[in-house]
Amino acid sequence: MINIGIVGLGKMGISHFGILKAHPKVNLCAVCDPAKMVTWGLSKYTGVNAYSKFEKMVAKEKLDAVFLATPTKFHADHIMMALEQNLHVFVEKPFCLDAKDSRAVTEEAEKRGLVTQVGYHNRFIGTFLRAKECIDKGFIGNIYNIHGEAYGPVITKKQKESWRSKKSEGGGCVYDYSSHVINLMEFFVGKATKVDSAILQNIFSAGTEDAVFANFLYEGNKTGRLTVNWSDETYRKMVTSVTIMGDAGKIVVNAQELRVFLKNDVEDESLEQGWNVSYLTDHSLPVGFYLRGEEYSAQIDSFVNAIEGNNTNNVNSFATALNTDLTISEIFDVANKVD
Amino acid sequence: MDRVIFGDNQFFGIDHLSEEKGIAKSIKFKETSAITDVLNEVYDMGIKTFMCTTHEKMNDVCDYYRENADKYSEFKFYPCMPYAHKYANAATEHGIVGALKYFTKGHAISAFLGGLAASTGDMTKIMEVLVDAEMRPFKGLNTPVVFLQNVVTDLLLGMGAIEFFVAFSKHVKKKYNAEAGFITMNMPLLVKELNAAGIEKPIVCSSINKIGFRMSGGIEAYEDTIKEDKCRVIAMQVLAAGALTPKEAISYINEQPNIESVLFGASTISHIKQTKDLIEKKIND
Repeated sequence: MINIGIVGLGKMGISHFGILKAHPKVNLCAVCDPAKMVTWGLSKYTGVNAYSKFEKMVAKEKLDAVFLATPTKFHADHIMMALEQNLHVFVEKPFCLDAKDSRAVTEEAEKRGLVTQVGYHNRFIGTFLRAKECIDKGFIGNIYNIHGEAYGPVITKKQKESWRSKKSEGGGCVYDYSSHVINLMEFFVGKATKVDSAILQNIFSAGTEDAVFANFLYEGNKTGRLTVNWSDETYRKMVTSVTIMGDAGKIVVNAQELRVFLKNDVEDESLEQGWNVSYLTDHSLPVGFYLRGEEYSAQIDSFVNAIEGNNTNNVNSFATALNTDLTISEIFDVANKVD
Repeated sequence: MDRVIFGDNQFFGIDHLSEEKGIAKSIKFKETSAITDVLNEVYDMGIKTFMCTTHEKMNDVCDYYRENADKYSEFKFYPCMPYAHKYANAATEHGIVGALKYFTKGHAISAFLGGLAASTGDMTKIMEVLVDAEMRPFKGLNTPVVFLQNVVTDLLLGMGAIEFFVAFSKHVKKKYNAEAGFITMNMPLLVKELNAAGIEKPIVCSSINKIGFRMSGGIEAYEDTIKEDKCRVIAMQVLAAGALTPKEAISYINEQPNIESVLFGASTISHIKQTKDLIEKKIND
């Protein structure tokens, strides 16, 4: 059994709680959050120990790992505190606000041989995994362009100030929506060598951007484009899709549906020349306990298995998430702002 | 419960396979009258139970059936709560205590939230206040079963907070003379826990389909749970979000011994009729 504590009980902390508590290989010992009513309630109904201070939880409990789902501005400090106690760390996305911190904690974890993971759950969705397989097997030939998009209804009117409107607290759609898309594009074609240009657009938010448009360059003359808008209320919830162009075909993929166009037949019995359409039902892997989506359970299984197997080269390790933070910081460096 | 229960996903632009089809549906059902037109045809075809999310769009639909109560007197509504997106968004924005304060606004309990004086009774009371808020639009309509949505059922199940299921069942019985229902993606585990907590033959609504899609714990555990007959089963996602043809999908369902009802939704009348006929075939045989 792996002893785990959760720090931060917002939406993601609570979601991890449900999955971890039901996990056969995990002993969820403790939770930590300044909202005493929440920790008290969880403790009362589920028997875990409740803390309001991270330091105290770490000192009192014999933990192997922590899940950090705290506000992003605290990630860097909390990760470092956990690593110094030799704890394996799962942290919610986005990783750190400053890529310098991301690099420092990545190096510290590597030095200590600890398992790390960032909650980029798209890498555990069946359709995206199958798309990656099609790319790696060369079915669509040499890739020359990738377009990542995400739309959703987070900020759809002018509103009162909150953490969402402050860049220093991880607000804005670059840290929130775009980090997912950039990370997914990196999953498919690797890290961009250069952010060629970027536009950050304010639509409703005062202090931060609601939309981002950016152009990327990659090794091998590949090009890429990012289009993200979290003020689009025609979507019920966040929808992420990626289009990948190759000289032998094309892939259009989102969390539900995978469309593969092939110029020629390939060595795969489920694919043929022309359009091939498949769905999540064809690609999803069953999970032991389901909450909100297979990917949330699958990413926790992956983290637990990495700890058991002493594997620090796991999916979404700090090293891969560092790339996303470096790209984000380059976007902020080159961006033109439109109010 | 009726053998055939009509669902509401199509009315909210939800399509589990295709975003484009989802958008097409939300265009089609923009007006409340487009929704009630379909529901009226469904009623005339003999489907008398409508299971629906407590989405704010339902308020107008409920108004319509209150106004036309004489014409649709046999219509039963199965509310499913909560509409989770609004709570999740509020929790991300304002924290959990902030979100609870917002949704219990105007009620005495709101003032206590965040204080250290919260006791077990208070936690149950908060749940009751939230349930009552979600039930308000259904006032005067026939709601014999009230459901917890799977995101809440499965969260509480994962946490092991089984006491809430008992409290929820008691509250809907006492206040609405309704049975509690539980939507879940983890049916074998849920039924085991509910039985252990003293809830006999709970109503559970769960994905049940030939390919094991969204059947956590495995298809065999589901089939065993159904055979044991310790719950009243409503099968949903029987088409596995469209991966199965209606014929093969329903024939699997009809092979199972104790499935009391089948929940499905569709946006065109011919599809609804076809699926209804397939489901009822077993009874007529």
